[in-house]
Amino acid sequence: MSATNGLTIAVPRGALFSGTVDLLAALGLDTDELRSNDRKLLFEDIGVITMRPSDVPTYVEAGAADLGVTGKDVLLEQGGRATDFGEGGREVYELLDLGFGRCTMVLASKAGPDPALAALRRLGVMRVATKYPRIAARHLEETGRQAEIVEVKGSVELAPLTGMVEAIVDLTATGTTLRENNLVEREEIVVCTARLIANPVAHKLKAAPIDELLARLRELPAAARGRGAPASSPEGDPV
Amino acid sequence: MIHPIPSGTRDVLPEETREVRAITDVLRGAFERHGYGEVYTPALEYESVLARADMAEARPAYRVFDETGAVLVLRSDMTVPIARVVATRYGASEPPLRFCYFAHCYRGVRPQRGQPRELLQAGIELIGAPAPQGTAEALSVLCAALDATGLKDFRIGLGDASLFPALMASLGVPEQARDGLLQALVLRDFVGLELALAESGLSGDAAELLLAVPQRRGGPGMLADTPPQAAEAVTGLRRVHELLEPNVAERVIFDLGLVRNIGYYTGAVFEVYDPAFGAPIGGGGRYDELLGRFGRPLPAVGFALEVESLHKALAGEERGTGAMLANTPGGAA
Repeated sequence: MSATNGLTIAVPRGALFSGTVDLLAALGLDTDELRSNDRKLLFEDIGVITMRPSDVPTYVEAGAADLGVTGKDVLLEQGGRATDFGEGGREVYELLDLGFGRCTMVLASKAGPDPALAALRRLGVMRVATKYPRIAARHLEETGRQAEIVEVKGSVELAPLTGMVEAIVDLTATGTTLRENNLVEREEIVVCTARLIANPVAHKLKAAPIDELLARLRELPAAARGRGAPASSPEGDPV
Repeated sequence: MIHPIPSGTRDVLPEETREVRAITDVLRGAFERHGYGEVYTPALEYESVLARADMAEARPAYRVFDETGAVLVLRSDMTVPIARVVATRYGASEPPLRFCYFAHCYRGVRPQRGQPRELLQAGIELIGAPAPQGTAEALSVLCAALDATGLKDFRIGLGDASLFPALMASLGVPEQARDGLLQALVLRDFVGLELALAESGLSGDAAELLLAVPQRRGGPGMLADTPPQAAEAVTGLRRVHELLEPNVAERVIFDLGLVRNIGYYTGAVFEVYDPAFGAPIGGGGRYDELLGRFGRPLPAVGFALEVESLHKALAGEERGTGAMLANTPGGAA
């Protein structure tokens, strides 16, 4: 039996890639080809498929992979509150916090007097640009503020600098990109790390191999679990 | 010309209809052989009537006003309408009562997920048969029906909706923390469960049990070292299992973390899995308090199969589909 117990694992390209591959290597998987060939998507001999992080829950939910690694930000954005009708999260199990890829979802605005506060006071509503419209909307709703969410696909930092919005909600690891664009963090919304997720049917029908893999992951020294570099450039994985 | 239909609905053309009809005919034959008579109920019901049940996630999503201003809903399952039928039309009948149905139910959808708004369910309700015999009968009918369709590799996950709440109560989890912990389990979020347990101030041993017990699943051997706090529910599951014929019993996977997101379940709950399909293709459980809300307190158990998911699983088994190439889950309820 292979190092991954014959299970298929969805591995995210981008910021979480190196941390995930290091983890698989620590489990004894031969990751040479995975590291060297960044065009290949399907590595059948080691049971790995690669994709962008936001696609991982889709493949795992459909059963195209038994397990997957993705960021908590992706799970939150694609999920929802269970109390919302029809808004429950993806139908996947969240099994383990892998610890690496740590970054923070923040609300940020231009340095100086907070333009978002002024907009709220004078106009009754703040405009917020984000790649995470559901996380942003939920946070502002829960904190009792009216907001217009503007969804953008590229560099969010541009939006407040051009005056299109007063604030942004975005993922940051070190805060460098914010600082370079004269933005300051105003609120921390949630800390996100890489998570191991499982298909609900595989979780039942392949219980033994999954539990065995989980036990080995938990036994890895913290250094091996958290070794992946922080996601310094989350731009690589838009949701 | 494009004349759209609502997302999550579809037209079914003759070739598919023939295949679906073949499946439902076989299921109907199996249900009838076990003494379950088919019923139809209206797709539209009064909201005030269905609201007597605690549907949680599966509550009706579509409402309309009728000509008098009363609020009508499109039914979201058949269990609650049949509970209403039993209370109103079979008020004096000697239980047990056995019904089966083939009916479209209507659910809200998340956009862009390919989820059905309208799903065809095939199921049974066994009213007035307590655990463990009633549960064992429902599981036996379920297996007989699926065997009749030719589905080969399916398994049945069997758990108990009262297990985790009982575990929390016996370990002294404060009332205000219980909803959050149960919610994490319903969302299948073991990381969230672990975090919530760490913040709850429970002793290490109690927190460990609350995290470990719902992750336990497997054959009857797995039940051997059940912690005493979960013993009552596990004994109930064992009794059900002992009543099953070997060909049914061997399909069962005990799952101490199984919770279904419909509020009315009270005891044993189950789900059907097939390796050729990425989501459960059906499920059910005991709802011993639902009938009482309609004024005819009787223990009951039932299940519903998602016919489209079953169809996809059958097609997947035919193709030899494994984890590397899977179907899109459709009617996961």
